[in-house]
Amino acid sequence: MTPRSSDRPFLSLTAIGKSFGGVRALDDVSLDVSAGEIHCLAGENGSGKSTLIKVIAGVHRPDRGSIAIAGQPVASLTPISAVRQGVQVIYQDLSLFPNLTVAENLAINSLVEHRRTLVRWRDVRRTAEHALERLRVSIDLDRLVGDLPIAEKQLVAIARALLQDARLIVLDEPTTALTGVEVDALFALVRDLQQRGVAILFVTHKMREMLQAADRFTVLRNGRVVESGPAAEFDEARLTHAMTGRAIGETRFDGRVDASAPPRLRIRDLTGPILRGVTFDVRPGEIVGLTGLLGAGQGELAARVAGLETSGTGEIAVDGAPLPACTVRAAARAGIGYVPEDRLREGLFLDRSIADNANASSLRALTTGLRLLSTRRMRSQADRWIHDLGVKAPSIDAPVRQLSGGNQQRVVLARVLATRPKVLVLNGPTVGVDVGAKEEIHATIRQLAAGGLAVLIVSDDLPELVQSCSRVLVFRHGRVTAELGAAALTGDALQEQLSAAH
Amino acid sequence: MTSRVRRLFGRHEMVLLGVTVLLSIVIGALNPAFYSLQNAFDLLKTSVPLGILTIGLLVVLISGGIDISFPAIAVAGMYITCTLAIDVRSLDHLPALLAISTAIGLALGLFNAVLIHFFRLPALIVTLGTASVIRGALLEFVGTRTITNLPPSIIAFSRTNLFEATLANGASAALTVSILFFAGVAIAVALALRYTVIGRGAYAVGADLAAAERVGFNVRRIHLFVYGLMGALAGLVGIIHASIIRNANPLDLDGLELTVIAAAVIGGASITGGRGTVTGALLGVALMVIMDGSLVLVGLPSQWHQVFIGLVVLVSTSITALRTRSARAGEIAR
Repeated sequence: MTPRSSDRPFLSLTAIGKSFGGVRALDDVSLDVSAGEIHCLAGENGSGKSTLIKVIAGVHRPDRGSIAIAGQPVASLTPISAVRQGVQVIYQDLSLFPNLTVAENLAINSLVEHRRTLVRWRDVRRTAEHALERLRVSIDLDRLVGDLPIAEKQLVAIARALLQDARLIVLDEPTTALTGVEVDALFALVRDLQQRGVAILFVTHKMREMLQAADRFTVLRNGRVVESGPAAEFDEARLTHAMTGRAIGETRFDGRVDASAPPRLRIRDLTGPILRGVTFDVRPGEIVGLTGLLGAGQGELAARVAGLETSGTGEIAVDGAPLPACTVRAAARAGIGYVPEDRLREGLFLDRSIADNANASSLRALTTGLRLLSTRRMRSQADRWIHDLGVKAPSIDAPVRQLSGGNQQRVVLARVLATRPKVLVLNGPTVGVDVGAKEEIHATIRQLAAGGLAVLIVSDDLPELVQSCSRVLVFRHGRVTAELGAAALTGDALQEQLSAAH
Repeated sequence: MTSRVRRLFGRHEMVLLGVTVLLSIVIGALNPAFYSLQNAFDLLKTSVPLGILTIGLLVVLISGGIDISFPAIAVAGMYITCTLAIDVRSLDHLPALLAISTAIGLALGLFNAVLIHFFRLPALIVTLGTASVIRGALLEFVGTRTITNLPPSIIAFSRTNLFEATLANGASAALTVSILFFAGVAIAVALALRYTVIGRGAYAVGADLAAAERVGFNVRRIHLFVYGLMGALAGLVGIIHASIIRNANPLDLDGLELTVIAAAVIGGASITGGRGTVTGALLGVALMVIMDGSLVLVGLPSQWHQVFIGLVVLVSTSITALRTRSARAGEIAR
């Protein structure tokens, strides 16, 4: 990494303050990003990262402080003036149009900006070709963006930003949906942009990536800058401490698994759209990690076990009893609990209370003799789980929308656990969860396994797999190509298997 | 060239074309009268009002909206214009009447757009409400009587044919001139959707309103455009409809919205927005018209028509829903 930072920062924020209805989201925040610098903005959810991004994008107007772009003070920044001055924010949702082609997605800004009435398709194509050439990537211009894999969508979003003469690109959690190899490709691209003098503000809470990519760090906590400096001064421990305000030890799976116990979950010869004859057992107390590149089969396996994916052959058995059908109901009846990856879209009723969410899957057990729901039992069950899992909330009547990512994930977990499952399938259990909360969720999972549950974790977060699992299965083209356990289970070994799988 | 053909006829359009051809063959086998020139011209005539409305609705659907007030708007344009032309004889020129009815439709469409855009109300509820207001107000303030003595210029219009032929059996077949309006609207909207920024904006808004705003599309203009166009086309259809059935009934066209929605949806327009083509919509119209006309030809009572339309809407939307669901299941499985 050879940072070519110039002396004068491209973007300079000084003593920015922003409050929403009396709540201070940002307090005295200063941040400089220079041309050719990869600056990492780190912080847990709720630390003020998103507010700061929106200040930079011109969406929020700060109450206090000043902004300068390219050395010139900016009196008031609007979304349009931010773009004009070369600031491009690529949000997590990428703001692409899935129903339009790659070419049109790339050229759409220039169409609108030049206040044109008619579309000249030859120009659209030329613009798009030019954009992809600049990134040195090739994507079929006539494909619909909705049909592209997420990594290519991201390339389109970045190419579009560059077309707008971006001098600062803010990437908001860009790696959330990417696998290891795709993340590496993204970093290579980001470094290439850096070489060309583009300033990059990288917003993330994934530790490993930050350390891999950044030249400088700024860590936010509770709306304030707690640490800032060149990357060389930081390591994982210091970053974690800065982000969470407390030290977190690296733990490893330490539960004992009785190898002679009959398997809780038995998977035999599972074959489907991706899977090709996958067989393995999970014993009580075991936590088995499933990983691989996007679409290698680990996700489909979880979906099969949970009864979400219904096509394919093979046998799934819980405590020796094969599931009678491949449906969500059959899986639930057999004692398989599933926690989806996208809890916001698939797991939670955001506007309902914590209690309603926690009880949603076990209502049958909460009825009175007349088959009516017992309010008292509903409250006591919700209370118990909320307490056991340590959900931090004002009351169990609070809507789930108000909770942080980690606490929302605990509510989903509470709901699944309330059904008293024997097998727990967790798909990306800590995606979008802060470092501190992550550690607590891992501890909870270990505790549950110790109680005799068989746990499957689908994840591409390598430290998570290493810390939590008793063994990890690596998928490739629908088969299990490697199994790492005990001493062989290290981050480097996993990384090696994943790269080999490419 | 092949890519252009592919663009014009996507996979959905090819399937639709196949189904339409197959249906025609079956009906022709059951009743050879289906293949007559007269029947062909009749079907084309019936397709004019349905077709123009379907193209209007297509644009609304692409932008992620819905409009069910257009039958009411068409009736309002038709009835007010005819009443006016009977009272004020000097207005009785076809271009003037078409312009008045279209302008009434445009105004009502823009009113929908204003409610939908500025108050951020759901389009379904807004247009359900305006439809009721328009129909009620029409009966209260304009009249309840069916006008059978239409203005002479409309009668003349209904007798104007593009092409006439006397058949061997002595009967005559004629192709109505109003087909030109249909063709004109179809071509103009197809070009607008493909070659204007506002047309592309409709697709963008239909896919992701927030992203479209972020890119800088003028969403207000797009909303005014799509609902205004729908209203204007409904107004135009009002006069054409009157000329076809030779009267103007303020209670007319009730329930037409479902047929139009069916034609658009079967033509591949997505009810959730962002998807749809004029080619698809035209094929959807063709299928609806052939199906409707042929029920009579094969001797099925016309109440089957309603059953079919309902089924078409349910089946096509289910297919779309299943497709998105399997796409999402694919995402989960990854």
